[in-house]
Amino acid sequence: MALKIVKGSIDRMFDKNLQDLVRGIRNHKEDEAKYISTCIDEIKQELKQDNIAVKANAVCKLTYLQMLGYDVSWAAFNIVEVMSSSKFTYKRIGYLAASQCFHEGTDVIMLTTNQIRKDLSSPNQYDTGVALTGLSCFVTPDLARDLANDIMTLMSHTKPYIRKKAVLIMYKVFLKYPESLRPAFPRLKEKLEDPDPGVQSAAVNVICELARRNPKNYLSLAPLFFKLMTSSTNNWVLIKIIKLFGALTPLEPRLGKKLIEPLTNLIHSTSAMSLLYECVNTVIAVLISLSSGMPNHSASIQLCVQKLRILIEDSDQNLKYLGLLAMSKILKTHPKSVQSHKDLILQCLDDKDESIRLRALDLLYGMVSKKNLMEIVKKLMLHVDKAEGTTYRDELLTKIIDICSQSNYQYITNFEWYISILVELTRLEGTRHGHLIASQMLDVAIRVKAIRGFAVAQMATLLDNAHLLTGNTQRNGICEVLYAAAWICGEFSEHLEDPMQTLEAMLRPKVATLPGHIQAVYVQNAAKLFATVLQKHEGETDSQAAQETSQLLIDRLPLFVQSANLEVQERASCILQLVKYIQKLQQKNVEVAEEVTALFAGELNPVAPKAQKKVPIPEGLDLDAWINEPPSESESEDEKPKVVFAKEEPKHYRSRHTEVDEKELARRREVRKQEQANNPFYIKASPSSQKVYDAPGVEHIPVVQIDLSVPLKVPGMPMSDQYLKLEEERRQKEKAERKKKEKKKKREKRGKGRKADSGPESEEDITPAHQVDIVTEEMPENALPSDDDDKDPNDPHKALDIDLDKPLADSEKLPVRTHRPEVLKSPAEDRDSKSVPQETKKKSSKEKKEKKKDKEKDRKRSKEEKKKKKKHKEVEEELLESQPEEAVQSEETKEAAAPPTSTSAEASDLDFWLSSAPVPPAAAQEVTAPSSAAAVDTSSAAAPESEPDEPKDTEPEDTKSSKHKKKKQKKEKEEKEKKKKKRHHHHHHHGDAGGEDSVQNGTVEEEEPLPPMSNYSLLAENSYIKMVYDIQGNHQDESKVVVSVIFENKSDSFLKSMEFNVLDSLNSKLQRPEGAGPHDGLTVPFQLPPGVSNEARFVFSVQSIVMPQKLKGTLTFIVKSDESSTHEKLDFKLHFTCTSYLITTPCYSDAYAKLLESGDLKGSSLRLEGINMPFHHLLARICFHHHFSVVERIDSCASMYSRSIQGHHVCLLVKTSDQTVSIDAKCDEPSLLGNVLDEIKQTFSKC
Amino acid sequence: MIKAILIFNNHGKPRMSKFYEHYTEDTEQQIIRETFHLVSKRDENVCNFLEGGLLIGGSENKLIYRHYATLYFVFCVDSSESELGILDLIQVFVETLDKCFENVCELDLIFHLDKVHNILAEMVMGGMVLETNMSEIITQVEAQGKMEKSETLTLLFICQSMRQSQASRFSSKIS
Repeated sequence: MALKIVKGSIDRMFDKNLQDLVRGIRNHKEDEAKYISTCIDEIKQELKQDNIAVKANAVCKLTYLQMLGYDVSWAAFNIVEVMSSSKFTYKRIGYLAASQCFHEGTDVIMLTTNQIRKDLSSPNQYDTGVALTGLSCFVTPDLARDLANDIMTLMSHTKPYIRKKAVLIMYKVFLKYPESLRPAFPRLKEKLEDPDPGVQSAAVNVICELARRNPKNYLSLAPLFFKLMTSSTNNWVLIKIIKLFGALTPLEPRLGKKLIEPLTNLIHSTSAMSLLYECVNTVIAVLISLSSGMPNHSASIQLCVQKLRILIEDSDQNLKYLGLLAMSKILKTHPKSVQSHKDLILQCLDDKDESIRLRALDLLYGMVSKKNLMEIVKKLMLHVDKAEGTTYRDELLTKIIDICSQSNYQYITNFEWYISILVELTRLEGTRHGHLIASQMLDVAIRVKAIRGFAVAQMATLLDNAHLLTGNTQRNGICEVLYAAAWICGEFSEHLEDPMQTLEAMLRPKVATLPGHIQAVYVQNAAKLFATVLQKHEGETDSQAAQETSQLLIDRLPLFVQSANLEVQERASCILQLVKYIQKLQQKNVEVAEEVTALFAGELNPVAPKAQKKVPIPEGLDLDAWINEPPSESESEDEKPKVVFAKEEPKHYRSRHTEVDEKELARRREVRKQEQANNPFYIKASPSSQKVYDAPGVEHIPVVQIDLSVPLKVPGMPMSDQYLKLEEERRQKEKAERKKKEKKKKREKRGKGRKADSGPESEEDITPAHQVDIVTEEMPENALPSDDDDKDPNDPHKALDIDLDKPLADSEKLPVRTHRPEVLKSPAEDRDSKSVPQETKKKSSKEKKEKKKDKEKDRKRSKEEKKKKKKHKEVEEELLESQPEEAVQSEETKEAAAPPTSTSAEASDLDFWLSSAPVPPAAAQEVTAPSSAAAVDTSSAAAPESEPDEPKDTEPEDTKSSKHKKKKQKKEKEEKEKKKKKRHHHHHHHGDAGGEDSVQNGTVEEEEPLPPMSNYSLLAENSYIKMVYDIQGNHQDESKVVVSVIFENKSDSFLKSMEFNVLDSLNSKLQRPEGAGPHDGLTVPFQLPPGVSNEARFVFSVQSIVMPQKLKGTLTFIVKSDESSTHEKLDFKLHFTCTSYLITTPCYSDAYAKLLESGDLKGSSLRLEGINMPFHHLLARICFHHHFSVVERIDSCASMYSRSIQGHHVCLLVKTSDQTVSIDAKCDEPSLLGNVLDEIKQTFSKC
Repeated sequence: MIKAILIFNNHGKPRMSKFYEHYTEDTEQQIIRETFHLVSKRDENVCNFLEGGLLIGGSENKLIYRHYATLYFVFCVDSSESELGILDLIQVFVETLDKCFENVCELDLIFHLDKVHNILAEMVMGGMVLETNMSEIITQVEAQGKMEKSETLTLLFICQSMRQSQASRFSSKIS
């Protein structure tokens, strides 16, 4: 056998390998396809051999061919074979090929499950790595389901290389198997604080990706991310987090307020453009989400705009582009701040880079005002001329139209100018946007009554010069404007100077070359013109001219009757017959004009595009019910012509106009008039409307009449420019006039108002040249306002919209490969479900409390709270549903303390975290006292049973001294501790301790928001800086502790280059980066602007933990003020208490009992006198300050447990009677125990 | 998320393609052609971002590319990625290739497609950025390279001993 393999590998020497294949392909440039097909044949032969090396070589070549576009799915099975090779080299080739060509439809994928599982658990980390990488590309729902648990285990692998890959691939698993999200989430969250930066970054990546799709489920993580943001120095991670915050802020405006400060700091301090840009972006998102203004609101905007300006002015095109992109986001909410940079934006229009020009155009859209519209459009028109024959020109054209027509022509003051712009645009050849121009012409002519005369004249000229446009009709989209021109001339023919001439122009034989739908409009409107001409001549009793007109039609129309286009033909023949009949009547000298005009009588009104959809269905109307019995076949035939006719009309009016008969129209008009009369917002065309325009006599303003006979092009100067000049003159005159008037009527009301505006020429001052009556679009009565946006139901991310804060249910566990049925109930679930009833009660009491607080502050906040309450109610209901099963479970654990579910704790945490920030310290102080008092009331009422509730009395020294900042820290700490707890639950799930589960453990202090308690103690302080610190064990490493230090800048200067250094002792050492000497300091990864505080964490390694330690250290920093910078230093002493080596670890009473029985533990005891605090407060303090958890509590006696980082068990039995507390303690390390007890004693002697 | 990573030369010939969503081979080729068409007509000194209705994903996506000598490196990403960050990532990718191949040129990529994929796999996984630290990437790539080498060495050793034994048998036959 071995011989055979070896023989195979010798054969292989003669095979073509990948390099040979590539070389071969390059040498056969002419007949590449043929050469490759012979190669594929060879590969097929190779794949048939038993030798895995040959197969791997073949698969490797297939991967290359796949890139060239050859389908290699036929070799899928061979790829699986190569994947399952025991050699890493081949395995990797196999997985690579699989990742390139496997997908959900590949059927052999189901064969791979076991192989992949084997590779995932391989002792070789690169086998696992390769399998994970491959899996990330072809994971299917089945694979995800079967492997989710294995991958989850890998998330806690010892090697960070595997951990980061496992974390990252979880996203794909979630996508394919959404059920895995909730069980896996706690561990994923845990990885956010992984010591390895790569793993941390991967976890941030995954959560950001998840949160982007369903942000609301991840709001509760905001505090954690906030901490990461302030402590991380990895720009990749920062960018991701900052982007995530951008997605979260719209959901929670309070979060935004909290973010502004750190983001602003980052903007100031970072040198990385990418980070700066994302910060600016998120600040913008925050500012958008903040509806109400905040004090330094405008400062932030200014900062952003100023930074963006720097980006835009940069010579790097990329920065320029991104700057413009971000600028357009600001524009939506703060147009004023952007408008001041108009010069810069206009400059960008000249950029050679098209992407940048397009971005600049987008910006211009939002920058126009009444004042500058004409100027900007003029500039754009210049660019249109320059951009001959590019797609960019089309883009310009649409932008010009967009800019002018935005928000109902809000910025147009002179519609004559706009019409002439549109007419100028028709000179563009080869544009695709003829229909756009046409629809604008129609819209303006219909909706702005005052402009109709002018529009009709312009359109008549257009029709007259139509030969210019029809040169190459089919590919020239611009001829679409003729559609509009013809319709306008026909519909408003009463404004025509010489209808006869226009009629003549419309019936030229050349028209027959236009597209069918345009011809149809020509024919129809020729008839309208005909009616007008008839009416005109009838008054003059000049039958000759009228008859000539009829003759003209009769002569010309047959051309259209022959048209191949059905529509044209039909209309033409109808009208032809009509005219013939009229001619007959004319010859008999019958007056026909009135009747003919009646054919086209009636006014058109614009109807909103969605109007039809929004007509509410009247009550009791069932649209599906038959009105009559189903009609017979013959009846339906009668209806047919109607349908055809009905179809034509809407097409003409761009579906704006629904077909209505004459009577209905008249009726509607009546109704509308009535409505308009009652509607105070409707701008009426009556003289009273002058007020609206704020101009005391628009009629008197001399508007220069434009001679309608002026040809389209004024030599040397395009027409719209004329308007620009005229407009300027007009405005100036107006101004002068107004000034005069104001002088006359001093101290009039209006004068006052204007003074407030004070600008030299503010928006309001510009009056439109015309009395413009922009007819608003009609909507049906009681139209439903809801404009439900349609979400894509196929979005895979929809499935991931899962409430992550809800406790896990039994059914949600990941499938684990096991032969034994799971007998043990998971402790977490049990507990969680048990605690539900109390939890909800407490929640509501807390809600009340918070509401009270809010009422005192502001109403707006309380509204939010109410909303939240509603949400909670829903949760409550949901939870109540699951109660029956809980009842059974809870029997055995009646007296147990109920630890909180993460739902309420986190939700309230978030609330607390968020609400604490914006409150000024003084206010916070005021508020806490009454609110906590309220908490006592409500909760004692709600929960009369003697539960180990948290200490509710506020600790006076804490509240007074620490203000709100400290509270925040404490919350953060709690958060940390909670996480820790969760981690431990995990150990119970997966570790062997699971057998001893009981429901009775858990820390007490988290049940309800505690009165402010903080483990942070003062480290050192001088006039510049204050440092407080807290030490915590690192449960992942038994010899490490983490010291979190909060630096607070107390001065008015900028603190930078902070360096933290400690004199190591034999026992405890500061962990320094590789390469640093033992006496080098650590740079604090941030700078501190005045008044800002930030947290940094330092890792220390310790050897013995049985004794408390003190380390001397120094912080050096540079104080930078405007004038000078000085070097300062601050000495401190870090006190490592034995408590800080303890980690809150839950323990179940059975395990606890066994531990005590084992007899390995040495005892010691302690008596405290004169403690007059409630027992549960006492417990809470021990839990909080000394990292213990309550195992069991009976009346005034409780057992508690904790573990040191090196695995020492510490057990306490706490009893109380009449102000005396006795603590019996046991531990396997007596000196550690003694020190811990001393520290507990100290804690209680302080109060 | 990164949707696709494409490398092609100045003539649009694909040198490496990695799609993080499934497409048929034909569509893939079409995407490469279309992308090349868009990218190649841009001047050297314009910005490195492109929006547009591409085959991949539509308007939410962006093309971020860099042009090095004869090669275009194009990343197609959605809105969750930072544009400048991806540009840096491309730079890291190219520098890593340069380190691993010692003065990388187009030919290296042509003849060692598998190696390029392996390097990329240490940077981007399933469309998400895995590692951006170049030294870490190189360490992992080299460690795997060593493993591969040791495996092939043992194979070669067996071959050699085989040959020797064959040779000795042959010589014994002669004698």
